[in-house]
Amino acid sequence: MLELSHVYKVFNPNTVNEKIALNDLSLTLNDGDFVTVIGGNGAGKSTMLNAIAGVWRPDAGKILIDGVDVTAMPEHKRAKFLGRVFQDPMLGTAAGMGIDENLALAARRGKFRGLGWGISKAEKVEYKEKLKTLELGLEDRMTAKVGLLSGGQRQALTLLMASLQQPKLLLLDEHTAALDPKTAAKVLALTDRIVKENKLTTLMITHNMKDAIAHGNRLIMMHEGRVILDIAGEDKKKLTVDDLLAKFSVASGSEFANDRAMLS
Amino acid sequence: MDFTSLLNQMPGAIALGLIWGIMAIGVYITYRVLDLADLTVDGTMATGGAVCVMMILAGYSIPVAMIGATLAGMLAGLVTGLLHTALGIPAILAGILTQLSLYSINLKILGAANQIISARKYNLLVSLGKIKGVPFYENPIFVSFVFVAVLIAVLYWFFGTAMGSALRATGNNPSMSRAQGINTNRMKLLGLMVSNGIVALAGALLAQYDGQADVQKGRGAIVIGLAAVIIGEVVFSKLLKNFAIRLAAVAAGGVIYYIVYQTAIWMDLDPDLLKLLSAAVVALFLGVPYLERRFTKPAIKSIAKTKEEKTDA
Repeated sequence: MLELSHVYKVFNPNTVNEKIALNDLSLTLNDGDFVTVIGGNGAGKSTMLNAIAGVWRPDAGKILIDGVDVTAMPEHKRAKFLGRVFQDPMLGTAAGMGIDENLALAARRGKFRGLGWGISKAEKVEYKEKLKTLELGLEDRMTAKVGLLSGGQRQALTLLMASLQQPKLLLLDEHTAALDPKTAAKVLALTDRIVKENKLTTLMITHNMKDAIAHGNRLIMMHEGRVILDIAGEDKKKLTVDDLLAKFSVASGSEFANDRAMLS
Repeated sequence: MDFTSLLNQMPGAIALGLIWGIMAIGVYITYRVLDLADLTVDGTMATGGAVCVMMILAGYSIPVAMIGATLAGMLAGLVTGLLHTALGIPAILAGILTQLSLYSINLKILGAANQIISARKYNLLVSLGKIKGVPFYENPIFVSFVFVAVLIAVLYWFFGTAMGSALRATGNNPSMSRAQGINTNRMKLLGLMVSNGIVALAGALLAQYDGQADVQKGRGAIVIGLAAVIIGEVVFSKLLKNFAIRLAAVAAGGVIYYIVYQTAIWMDLDPDLLKLLSAAVVALFLGVPYLERRFTKPAIKSIAKTKEEKTDA
């Protein structure tokens, strides 16, 4: 479904701030994989997601989604393959537009946007039903501006938007990090449900090791721009946070000195 | 001061205000919808007048001349858009570059700094001379009003379409828009073209109203346009639920601007100072909301509520 081969990305090349963000990164996702991604700050997790999403072109390497080489494809064109939810709840939605309008925008991902109505009556009925499943009462506020919603509500809406047009790949970039623990748990449960119902191939970055173990069928750990640990199936189910910390020190040859990861 | 002379000036002020209201609607599309300050309009306003007048003088019918003017404006918007999106020049600077080059282009179109078009020889759509003593449907107030109404209807429809929604999303949140598959660069081009087309149309109406196209006509147009946008928003802030009403408020802002302008002249204000005053008014209205946020304590309802509950208990 997704194939990254020998991807490199260097920020601020040839300066004192040079940072090799992705260093010969290779990763293959199978159809239906739900992969959680962990790693310290600057490990290249978000950079990897941005490379897949096409925010910029990698300096070297190839990216294939469902067999299509998207390495040189601009961000808005490969959007048709992707559903994305960002860490910042403000990023995933258009704040000045209605809940219904945001859903309608997402429903047209990868389609030609012509002079037909931006949202049809049938769509409004459909969105109302879908919003009900979020159990946040948003179905009664369909035309409310998204800017009025809370962070959790916005992330739930963004998840729904990401799944409206069945994406080949769902990219979740620490999408619960900005939420309070209770809301984060709700959004994670919703994530599980949407991934399962739509059988989505998913990459989910998280800084919470427990979440990384509890969700998905496969876990990868990144360090210095590459994957240093890749555990799937039964092995993953048996993982504990201590295992992960130990494996990290072995694999990276250093103490896992990132308090954000330690906290969990 | 003779009050009747002011009253006599009012119909003209209203007609002019409506024409500038059309221009302000163009500014609204870039400034509010696309969230982009486009200074091209100072040039496009004059371009619209120049193209319209020269086409009429060359024998084209008035509707054709006005369509030509609109297309010329769209072309100018396209140039600014390409400077911005294809060459990565900041939008404000891209607009200034196009505006400056339009000054030369407008001179070349007109062949001089100024071209007169006589309302006696040509059956102009709007004219200062028709402000009195003509059937109502020839009155420039009526004609400009029809233009405003049709324009608002068309834009209301357009921004409700899938394409128009994509344009609004681009102004709202460009990175979200790209994630939803919207080509934000193309949307910026489109918005700049629509905006400058509308401004040039206003320029074409203004040149007919004045009976001349002048290369200086658009100087400071952006400030008048912004003034109309802001006046409209402030005066009608309670009503601004719906997009069509917002646009109507902007056009009304243009009318209010010209009524105030005319009153200022009637009060013997030095005309040399009018542009300074316009700029000061716009700066004031743009600055006040910022200062309010900085220096007033926010009245957060939920906090007030919890306090009340506490005192209750």
